[in-house]
Amino acid sequence: MGNLLPGPNPTFREGMQTVTQLYDMTATELARLLREKKVSSVEITRSVLGRIEAVEGKIRSYVTVTPEIALDMAKEADARIAAGDSRPLTGIPIAVKDNMCTRGVRTTCGSRILANFVPPYDATVVGLLRREGMVMLGKANMDEFAMGSSTETSYWGPTHNPWDLERIPGGSSGGSAAAVSAGEAIVSLGSDTGGSIRLPAAFCGVTGIKPTYGSISRYGLVAYASSLDQIGPIGRDVWDLALLLNVLCGHDPADSTSVPRQYPDFTTFLDKSVKGMTLGLPQEFFSKLDNPEVQHAISEARAVFEGLGVKFVELSLPTLDYGIAAYYIIAPSEASSNLARYDGVKYGHRAGEFESMIDMYCRTRAEGFGPEVKRRIMLGTYALSSGYYDAYYLKAAKVRTLITQDFEKAFEKCDAIFCPTAPSPAFKIGEKIDDPIQMYLTDVFTIPVNMAGLPGMALPGGMSRDGLPIGLQLIAPHFEESRLVQLTAAFQKTTDHHLKRPTL
Amino acid sequence: MKITPEQVDYVALLGRLALEPEEKKKYMGQLDDILKYMDMLAEVPTDDVAPMAGSVELYTPLREDDVKASLPVEEALANAPARAGTSFRVPKILE
Repeated sequence: MGNLLPGPNPTFREGMQTVTQLYDMTATELARLLREKKVSSVEITRSVLGRIEAVEGKIRSYVTVTPEIALDMAKEADARIAAGDSRPLTGIPIAVKDNMCTRGVRTTCGSRILANFVPPYDATVVGLLRREGMVMLGKANMDEFAMGSSTETSYWGPTHNPWDLERIPGGSSGGSAAAVSAGEAIVSLGSDTGGSIRLPAAFCGVTGIKPTYGSISRYGLVAYASSLDQIGPIGRDVWDLALLLNVLCGHDPADSTSVPRQYPDFTTFLDKSVKGMTLGLPQEFFSKLDNPEVQHAISEARAVFEGLGVKFVELSLPTLDYGIAAYYIIAPSEASSNLARYDGVKYGHRAGEFESMIDMYCRTRAEGFGPEVKRRIMLGTYALSSGYYDAYYLKAAKVRTLITQDFEKAFEKCDAIFCPTAPSPAFKIGEKIDDPIQMYLTDVFTIPVNMAGLPGMALPGGMSRDGLPIGLQLIAPHFEESRLVQLTAAFQKTTDHHLKRPTL
Repeated sequence: MKITPEQVDYVALLGRLALEPEEKKKYMGQLDDILKYMDMLAEVPTDDVAPMAGSVELYTPLREDDVKASLPVEEALANAPARAGTSFRVPKILE
């Protein structure tokens, strides 16, 4: 059952009949080949760019591909490697979700209102990727302003799931996850406010982590809900994520919500035993699960963890449903405030015709925003308006305290929580877009994690009968993402779900 | 809590969104559905609970008053929909 070799399973076998393409390999494998001077960053980048050319028409992972910038960065990376001045991920190509500012490169947030916006500065995380010498492939497609679970609300059209082109890749970081799954990027950056890294990772059969709130700088991340947003890496396996967490986690004085603390070398957790650890099973999560294939993947995964010496306990998160409802007040409320800046004054779309200043604002925003964004602005504005603030926003903020306390109590009994990422595998494009509540229910397992600011990992847990990936989720206490790395590595050494690739 | 057309108009103005009549009807219905689902929050007792603004310990970090470089004017104006000299050009605010 899969390779039982320590470390990531190597798929590049010299001299064998099937040679794995460079674009199909992991960052860890490619980094080794770069160190051994068996391949150059330019060759890797050309392989990935060639793959983008071959399949992008079907997948639509990208809003903007930057081939010339990528090749320039690859040449610089090769020069650094030759000069002995490289870092662990120097030369590795990465896609960046289109809500992170990239200086000189269009950043649209999947919206018409920013369709022509070229940032004059890099987000902090983009600066960190540059310092590491990584190669930027382009900007990945996303739900408009990160509002959505399917990447269907993008002004540029939906991204298609590489496992079934008629299905959604998940959202809002659908482009980032699909690109990695399809070989159009070796790794990628996404952002997660209510599940937007974990859900597309699950639906596309790749691995993604939303770290603890405050661990990765949000400076230069276009804000959706400032108390919930967090950037995180997506890759084929946890070995790649550990390397990226080492690059990205850290204090940033430019982000006042960035927590000043030191982070461990996450790669030291890849080989630790999980024997004796305890995983919690919240009954309120499992009572919502009625899909037999997801249930099957969960029991199989449980058996794998038990085989590794992990114990399981049942526990309860009594205010879970209220926590989910509270998100749908808090996130739109914060969004209505954050999106007030898009007014056609200093950047972005401005309406052509208007009768007054206020009319300019109203028409600019009506023309520039899609229906989901307008819906959330309406909901948030209403929830914050005088007369309703106490009943909605303030109440939701108190419920947030309750769900956070529920998690704290749960973690007294376990090292991490185990559950599905999504209630079912990927649904078809168009299936839920007209039913907001159905769409919002896709996030029931992911939202509570953002509400409490906890770290959450999505990892591949098998396939449905229709050949669609099913994602597992692990949740840890604040700043214990190293536990998630440890558990996922143990799981991925013993299983082969993360080795599967879609046929395109 | 049933949303009225007047409330939709008021909220749309606060949010600076020009809505077509069909949009207003659609949002009225959808917001009603969503808010009914949210009305369940009223069930939870929260009298003794402090509200949480964020999930980690929030504080106001201060820094030294060091002068740092600002964005150059031309870069700041590079995305302007309309400009006049070194300013953003906008419609009249006061009549």
